[in-house]
Amino acid sequence: MESLHLVYDVPGGDLTHAGEASSQVKQTLRKMRYDSDTIRRVSVCMYEGEINMVIHAEGGTAAVDVGLDEITITLADRGPGIPDVEQAMQAGFTTAGDQARDLGFGAGMGLPNMKKYSDEMKIDSTVGVGTTVTMVVHIP
Amino acid sequence: MRHSVVLEYHKCRGCTTCIKNCPTEAIRVRNGKATILPNRCIDCGTCLRVCPHHAVTSMHDNFNSLQNYQYTVAVPDPALYGQFHNLDSPDLILASLLELGFDSVYEAAAGAELLTGYLTSRPEDPDRPVPEISSVCPAVVRLIRIRFPSLLGNICPLLLPTELAAILAREKAVRETGLSPQEIGVFSIVPCSSLVTAASSPDGQIAPVLDGAFAIRDVYKALLSPMKALAGKPLPDLSLAGRAGAGWAFSGGESYAHRAERYVAVDGIDNVIRMLEEIEDGRLPEADFIELRACTQGCLGGCFCVENPFIARMRMKRLMGELPEARSVYRPGSRVDDLIASTQKPEYYPTFQLDPDRRVAMEKMRRIQALEEQLPGLRCGSCGAPSCRAFAEDVVMGRASEDDCIFKVRERMQNVAGKSEADEYLPAPFRRRRTIPQDPPAQP
Repeated sequence: MESLHLVYDVPGGDLTHAGEASSQVKQTLRKMRYDSDTIRRVSVCMYEGEINMVIHAEGGTAAVDVGLDEITITLADRGPGIPDVEQAMQAGFTTAGDQARDLGFGAGMGLPNMKKYSDEMKIDSTVGVGTTVTMVVHIP
Repeated sequence: MRHSVVLEYHKCRGCTTCIKNCPTEAIRVRNGKATILPNRCIDCGTCLRVCPHHAVTSMHDNFNSLQNYQYTVAVPDPALYGQFHNLDSPDLILASLLELGFDSVYEAAAGAELLTGYLTSRPEDPDRPVPEISSVCPAVVRLIRIRFPSLLGNICPLLLPTELAAILAREKAVRETGLSPQEIGVFSIVPCSSLVTAASSPDGQIAPVLDGAFAIRDVYKALLSPMKALAGKPLPDLSLAGRAGAGWAFSGGESYAHRAERYVAVDGIDNVIRMLEEIEDGRLPEADFIELRACTQGCLGGCFCVENPFIARMRMKRLMGELPEARSVYRPGSRVDDLIASTQKPEYYPTFQLDPDRRVAMEKMRRIQALEEQLPGLRCGSCGAPSCRAFAEDVVMGRASEDDCIFKVRERMQNVAGKSEADEYLPAPFRRRRTIPQDPPAQP
């Protein structure tokens, strides 16, 4: 199937640059005539995922598969892993440190927002190995 | 759209300063001269400011055009007031404008107060977008139209204070003189290129409501002598605006006038872009109202202002201390409501689209990516494009040839001439042979 593959390196520990991959994906999608709502959903998913990778893991990679029917975002890190995925999915649950919270991050809305803005979401996580979050956004 | 930002080709040396500073990547250098891609230009005036050769300018009217009308009205932007020191009342400026040959004055600040009145007295509406984005800066509205279509619905679709003032001024002049609307010339006095463009190609009006626009810097010079002559003399009450309207000249002034409590005021085009990205990413600040201005300090930092914007702001604050809160009072159900209702909502202008067919666009994007990977990523500007990505896009879109990249040419030269000589074809920063520049030893 026709698709465009985009890969971004998300550097760890640097909240000042979080959001750059999301911004680039947005511009790319706009050039290909994706509708505003789709672009917005993809960018929220990307942005929240990027922030998670920066706060909880030492960064990782964000891969975006842009297809004609759907856009798949795969965020992979080699961070500490999520011990209880169900708990992590609850709105407001957070393990973010004070530094992140002082900056206004870590409100416990990252994963819930990613779920809300994607049509499908899957989390593969192994404690001590890392986490891969896969999100799919359907094109209307 | 008729852009006001234009290049004076005989002054341009093709130095590439503008292409790297343009926030919408709208400029390319070809044949040693910069050229503007009209569909991308938002008339923000950044290139006017950064051009070291003063080759970028903005077209605006000259005073001779006043002679084409039986009766003329000046609509000065409140930013004009910040250009003068020791100003106790806008009346001195307004009276001096009459000395210059205008038959009457109607301040944009009065239009601003009517808009503020409208906004603060509208009933609550749960369907209103949050946050609302101000439409006061035409460069920002155009930026959203080409780059942030998902936020178009957040724009508060008001006409510009200058436009409202111009329409009301013309109607008033018709009533008072009995002339036809065409015999009356209404001219804005503006701080920036985007408002010159707005005068002839309005974003929210079906037809222009102004007959022309003058740059503050030109009017400033002309005003100096009448202002000197009138200083200290009793002046007629000409001003129709107070603090609330005057404050629109700087960033945050509009929010202050609306008594918005949770507002964010952002100035400077790069900061504006960052804020729009954040809103788009769902990182909504806890704000109801977002005021965005392309220029530092807002309109006081416009490219036609003569005074340092920070000093101008201090002067504005001093002047505002002398003024009543407001002088123009909005009445629900008045003409203002009709004019706001007939203002067009801003629409998406898809200038960055690669192709109307998504399949074709995707194929083009793939080629852009493949080419970009082979480019050095230096943003050297030698090809005339602002970045390697923009260059790759230009090549795929037929606006440039791969050979316009000096590094691509070098690859070819290496094949023809052998490795060491190919180095000679590169500018100094990129040559392999290293000569480290050193300062001469410091003299005690």
